[in-house]
Amino acid sequence: MRKYLLKRIFYLFLTLFIVATVTFFLMKLMPGTPLQNEAKLTASEKASILAQYGLDKPIWLQYLIYIGGIFKGSLGLSFQFSDQAVSYLIGSRMGPSMQLGGQAMVIGVVFGIILGAVGAIRKDTWADRLATILSILGIAVPSFVLAILLQYYLGLKMGWFPVAGWEGFAYTILPTLALAASPLAETARFIRTDMVDVLSSDYIELAKAKGLSKFGIVYHHALRNSLIPMVTLIGPLAAALMTGSMVVENIFSVPGIGEQFVKSILVNDYPTIMGVTIFYSALLCLLLLLTDIVYGIIDPRIRLSGNGD
Amino acid sequence: MENPENVIEVRNLQIDFHTYAGEVKAIRDVSFDLRKGETLAIVGESGSGKSVTTRSLMGLLAPNAVIKGGSIMFHGDDIIKKSEKEMQHIRGKDIAMIFQDPMTSLDPTMRIGMQIAEPLMKHKGLKKKEAISQALEMLKLVGITDPEARLNDYPYQFSGGMRQRIVIAIALVCYPEVLIADEPTTALDVTIQAQILDLMKDLQNRIDTSIIFITHDLGVVAGMADRVAVMYAGKIVEYGTVDEIFFNPQHPYTWGLLNSMPTLNTAGGSLRAIPGTPPDLLDPPVGDAFAARSDYAMKIDTEKEPPFFKVSDTHYAATWLLHPDAPKVTPPAEIVRRQKKFAEMQRPEPPIKNTTKE
Repeated sequence: MRKYLLKRIFYLFLTLFIVATVTFFLMKLMPGTPLQNEAKLTASEKASILAQYGLDKPIWLQYLIYIGGIFKGSLGLSFQFSDQAVSYLIGSRMGPSMQLGGQAMVIGVVFGIILGAVGAIRKDTWADRLATILSILGIAVPSFVLAILLQYYLGLKMGWFPVAGWEGFAYTILPTLALAASPLAETARFIRTDMVDVLSSDYIELAKAKGLSKFGIVYHHALRNSLIPMVTLIGPLAAALMTGSMVVENIFSVPGIGEQFVKSILVNDYPTIMGVTIFYSALLCLLLLLTDIVYGIIDPRIRLSGNGD
Repeated sequence: MENPENVIEVRNLQIDFHTYAGEVKAIRDVSFDLRKGETLAIVGESGSGKSVTTRSLMGLLAPNAVIKGGSIMFHGDDIIKKSEKEMQHIRGKDIAMIFQDPMTSLDPTMRIGMQIAEPLMKHKGLKKKEAISQALEMLKLVGITDPEARLNDYPYQFSGGMRQRIVIAIALVCYPEVLIADEPTTALDVTIQAQILDLMKDLQNRIDTSIIFITHDLGVVAGMADRVAVMYAGKIVEYGTVDEIFFNPQHPYTWGLLNSMPTLNTAGGSLRAIPGTPPDLLDPPVGDAFAARSDYAMKIDTEKEPPFFKVSDTHYAATWLLHPDAPKVTPPAEIVRRQKKFAEMQRPEPPIKNTTKE
C-alpha cells in the first residue's frame, strides 16, 4: 500500500509539472501583453515595466525562472493587484469557491442518488421517465444558462433570493443550484444504470427470498453495491464543478477563485493564470488519488489486494 | 388441505409469461403435494418449468409472469391470493430458498454474519446482537470451521462450497417448514456436491423441514429424494417414489432421461441423449408434448392429451402407453434392466397393477 501511494504521489507531481509547462507556453501564445490597456504609457515606460517583471527575456528563460520559483515554493506576484503574491490571492479567494463547490457537490450527489434510485426501483414507470428527463436536461443545459434562468426567475421575478453578490448564506443558494445541476444529473444517470444492474443480481434475489421489504432490500443491499462504483465518478464531477464555477462565479459575482481566474486571463496576468491552473490541477489530482483510496476502504475486495494478499 | 400430511398442495397451476413474441405457457396445469418431512425432487431439462413452479411458491415470479389459474395451498391459505406484504412474512420464515450459484448469491459488501442474521431480525424481531449469536450457531451447524472469526468475513473470503453452506445457513436460520433448493449443487465440484447433499440431509433431520429439490441431475436425485416428479414442457409427466421412478419408469420421457444418465454399467464411450429439442411453449403441441421426440409415440399422442394413469398408489404417469388398449412396447434395454431389478425388489409384494385412474 505504501509503495503504491508513493508511486501515485510521484505521478501526481509529474502531472503537475507537465500541466505547468504546457500552460506556460499556451499562455504565451495568447495575444496581447499585460500592458495592452495602459494606452497612456510611453514605449520606454512600457519597456522598463516589462523589464521589471522579467518579460523582456526570451520565453525559455522566463519559463526556467518561473519553474525555478515554483521549486522555491513561490507562485510569483500578481500583475493586476498591486503586486500581491499569487498564493495569497488564491488563499484569500478560496473560501467562497470551496463553499460553493462543496454545497453543490453534496446537493448534487445526494439528490442524484435519490433520483437515480427512484428511477431504478420504479423502472419503466412515469417516475423513471421523469427522472431520466430531468437528468438529460441537467446534462444538456450548460450551467451558465441555468444560472441566468435562476437569476431571472427566482432572483428578479420572484425575488426569493438575492441576484448576485456575496453577503451571506442566502447569496450562495442560486449559484449552488446552478452548479449542482450537472453533478446531480450525472449521479442520477450513473446510479440508475448501476442499480438496475444490481437489482437484477442473484444476491438481491436472495434478499427477496429472505422476506426483506422493498425498502430493506434497497437500503441494505442495493444502495451500497451501487454506490461503490459511484466513487469513481466523484473525481470527474469535481473537475466539472471547478470549470463550471469559473463561469458561475462570474455571473453571480462571487469573489472566488474562478472569477479571479477569468479576470486574470482577460488582462494577461500571467502569474495568476499559472498559479490558479496549477492549483486546480493539484486539487483535481489529489481528489482522484483520494477517490482511489476511498474506493479501497468501502469495497472489501479491493482492500485485500491493496494489502498485498 | 386435502391431506393433513401435506405441507403444500399445488392444484392445476397455470403460469404464462408475457413476451414480445406472445404468451409463453410456461406452466400448464401442474398439481403436486409436498408432505411433511419429505424431499420431493422435481426433475426436468432446462425450460421445463421446474424453477418457475417453485418460484411461484415463494411469490418471486418475474414481473411479466401471470398466474392464469390454480391454487397453492399452504397452511390452509392460497399463496397466490396473498399480497406482497403478506408474502414477505412467509418468505425466509416458513418457506426458504437456496439458489444455484453460491458465487453470486451472497451480497459482496456485507459481512456474512449479518447476512445470516438478517432474516432473524426481520421475522423474529431479534436485536442485532442476539441475531448474530444465533447466526454463529447456524454457522457451526453448517460446518464452517472457526465460526466466531468468520462471522466478520466477507463472501469473497470463502470458497464456493463454503459459500453454499452459508447460503444454506441463511435459508435455514428461521427453521422454515419448506426449503426450496433450486439446483443447489449444479455450480459446485462433484466432491463438494456430495458434502453439500450430506449436509442438507443431515439438517433436514435436525430442523424437520420438507425439501423441494429442483435438479436436472438424476444422480443427485437418487441419493436425496423420497419422491420424484418429472416435468416436461410445463407439465408433470410422471411422479412416484424414487424407486418407482428409477426402476419402474413408465413415461417415454423418463425412459429417455434415465437412458441418457451415465451409469457404471454404461458400455462404450458415447453418451446417449434424447434427440430433438423441447417444444415451443408459445404454441404448445396438442396431445403428449413429448410425442415429437419419442420413439414410442402413437397416433393418439398427437391428438389427445394423456391423463394420469395409475401405476401404483404412489406412482402415476401421463402416457397413453399405459392405456389398456395400447400395444405392448419394449422400453430401451437399460430401462428393461432396471424394471427387472424393480421386479426383484418387489417380489414379496403382488405384481404391478395396470389400472387407470379414471
